[in-house]
Amino acid sequence: MSNVSSFMAKSTIRAADLDHRKKINFNIGRYNAAVPQGKQQFANLAMARERAKNAKWRAIENLDSYLEEFEKKITERGAAVLWAETAEDALEEIGRICREKNCKTLVKSKSMVTEEIHLNKYLEQNGIESVETDLGEYIQQLDNEPPYHIVTPAMHKSKEDVARLFADKLGVPGGLSPEELTLVAREKLREKYRHAEVGVTGANFIIADVGAVAVTENEGNARLSCSMPKTHIVVVGIEKVIPTMQDLALFWPLLSTYGTGQRVTVYNTIVSGPRQSHETDGPQEMYVILLDNGRTNLLANTAARQALYCIRCGACLNACPVYKNIGGHSYETTYSGPIGSVITPHLKGVGEYKHLSYASSLCGNCTEVCAVKINLHELLLENRHEAVVKGNSSLAERLAWKAWKQASLNRGLMNAANGNIKSKVVNLVFKGWAQHRDKLNFSQKTFNQLWKERQG
Amino acid sequence: MNVSIFVPCFIDQLYPSVAFSMVKVLEKAGCTVSYNTNQTCCGQPAFNAGFHGEAKDVCTKFLNDFAGADYVVAPSASCVGFVRNYYHQLFDNSSRHNDVKDLANRIVEFSEFMVKVLAVDNVGAQLNGRATYHDSCAALRECHIKTEPRQLLTNVTGLELIEMNDVETCCGFGGSFAVKFGPISIAMADQKLTNATATQAHYLISTDMSCLMHIGGYSQNKGAGIKVMHLAEVLASGW
Repeated sequence: MSNVSSFMAKSTIRAADLDHRKKINFNIGRYNAAVPQGKQQFANLAMARERAKNAKWRAIENLDSYLEEFEKKITERGAAVLWAETAEDALEEIGRICREKNCKTLVKSKSMVTEEIHLNKYLEQNGIESVETDLGEYIQQLDNEPPYHIVTPAMHKSKEDVARLFADKLGVPGGLSPEELTLVAREKLREKYRHAEVGVTGANFIIADVGAVAVTENEGNARLSCSMPKTHIVVVGIEKVIPTMQDLALFWPLLSTYGTGQRVTVYNTIVSGPRQSHETDGPQEMYVILLDNGRTNLLANTAARQALYCIRCGACLNACPVYKNIGGHSYETTYSGPIGSVITPHLKGVGEYKHLSYASSLCGNCTEVCAVKINLHELLLENRHEAVVKGNSSLAERLAWKAWKQASLNRGLMNAANGNIKSKVVNLVFKGWAQHRDKLNFSQKTFNQLWKERQG
Repeated sequence: MNVSIFVPCFIDQLYPSVAFSMVKVLEKAGCTVSYNTNQTCCGQPAFNAGFHGEAKDVCTKFLNDFAGADYVVAPSASCVGFVRNYYHQLFDNSSRHNDVKDLANRIVEFSEFMVKVLAVDNVGAQLNGRATYHDSCAALRECHIKTEPRQLLTNVTGLELIEMNDVETCCGFGGSFAVKFGPISIAMADQKLTNATATQAHYLISTDMSCLMHIGGYSQNKGAGIKVMHLAEVLASGW
């Protein structure tokens, strides 16, 4: 099945699933109630967002030098920086490190970039147990599902669903409360931490001036993943750069507020290298894998480049009426929702993913809520335009728009034919319209004709 | 005041009475209304489909058709928002650059024109019943219209205005989206209709006929019994 047919099938089923709608509306309702609380910490929110956008603009416009600055600084403190052009390159590096460390068990914290390269599948094929330690990701791993949302991976599951899943997969009694379920996960995961040879984390920010990565989380599992195992591997997209450590003063509260409505998340960790000689704990070795995997396509595209400013807060997903109706899995992409529809065609091919740019009512709410003011809905339009320019439109479409242009340049044509004929033709051409709506009923005469008659 | 009206293509073809209602209200408010019979479409459909070349030719015609008018008033925030916010993408660094900037300042959505330009928020309309107002995305986010239609509706005798939940959420029309992605569009209409009917309103009112065509079409099909009305039709009622 082609990507577009599969998308249509999945989104059709999900959009009509009222149980899904109820759970999503409930969970996003909680998010919507929390965000205004978080926003109160900003004296001037509009300016904070503007400044964040400017910082990301600076970072992306000078990406090469900031990345090299980061590499130089963190290498001085003993970390190794590996540049991966593709997902395969990144996987090979991780595979090599794991072989060297004779790794049997690997713990990882929540990271969308490791979803992007399908790390868990790769590790499984290589006989390494990979354990998700973020509670949401742990739930998703138990259920053998990819994350549903880039910030809240199990958003589509109710607490009852999770209790059933734990009973089913872990053999614990059914009907446990969220607190009890968390304790079950905690106990299982502590054991894994003790044995894991390697810890993998993502990074929310690459800090250029000090040569460090920053990890934002709420459960402390990422801090454990990067400090308990002897080897720490960071996998991070190259666009995550911020110029200076001072920028965190802006980005931490911004990411927290737009991500979950918190003022700042419970744990924020800055890692600037492996254990130093005067330090008592931390990993012996640290690797940072800087992943391109199509990001430089966006960088080369001056119109779409601003999509690289994204800090992955998930606000545009929560604001998107399409996302709320079809859910995260219907997209069948790592990054779903508006930002996913904007970047995926650039990362993975216009031909196979351009349909996502059309699967939007262009309501503009994504742009309105974006923490770093990315013009998301206009970038969807830009993608549509690029698809046409690059010859990814059908002949039927091209002919239809030529005909539309002729009619729109000639008032006489728009008054030709009476309402009955127009109704018949239009309802035939746009059959989908009347599947769940009344048919379109053209006026016998256009306003234009009626006006002329009125004027005599 | 001299007003040149723009009647969007789908109102011209499907809902001429909406445009006549707008003319009736504008005339009562003291305007001299003119209509250039050569006009067709603002060009948005092709632009949104990615066909900028085709769009640009039609937009050029639009610029010519409305050259010189003091104000261009339209019963559609969608078309007004498109002309204001997107024409520059087609005409930046062209000889029409200044024409585009100039038109963006002269084109005004109907409710915005009544309240902000004419400073009229009561035209003596009467309509009995409960109503809920739907913020069209174009009005809300492209034109920043929020209070103007409500102000006008509050002054309609006999009309009780009740806000629905999630009033700023899109109804799911979205132009070709409504046909290309019918099931998603319908699910969005369903959530909108559920929120609207929960207010027990008799009327669902908006600045944009495109939303209403979609919500109304779905409501009719479902037998929901809520009547959709364009703001201009409401203001032209009862006198």
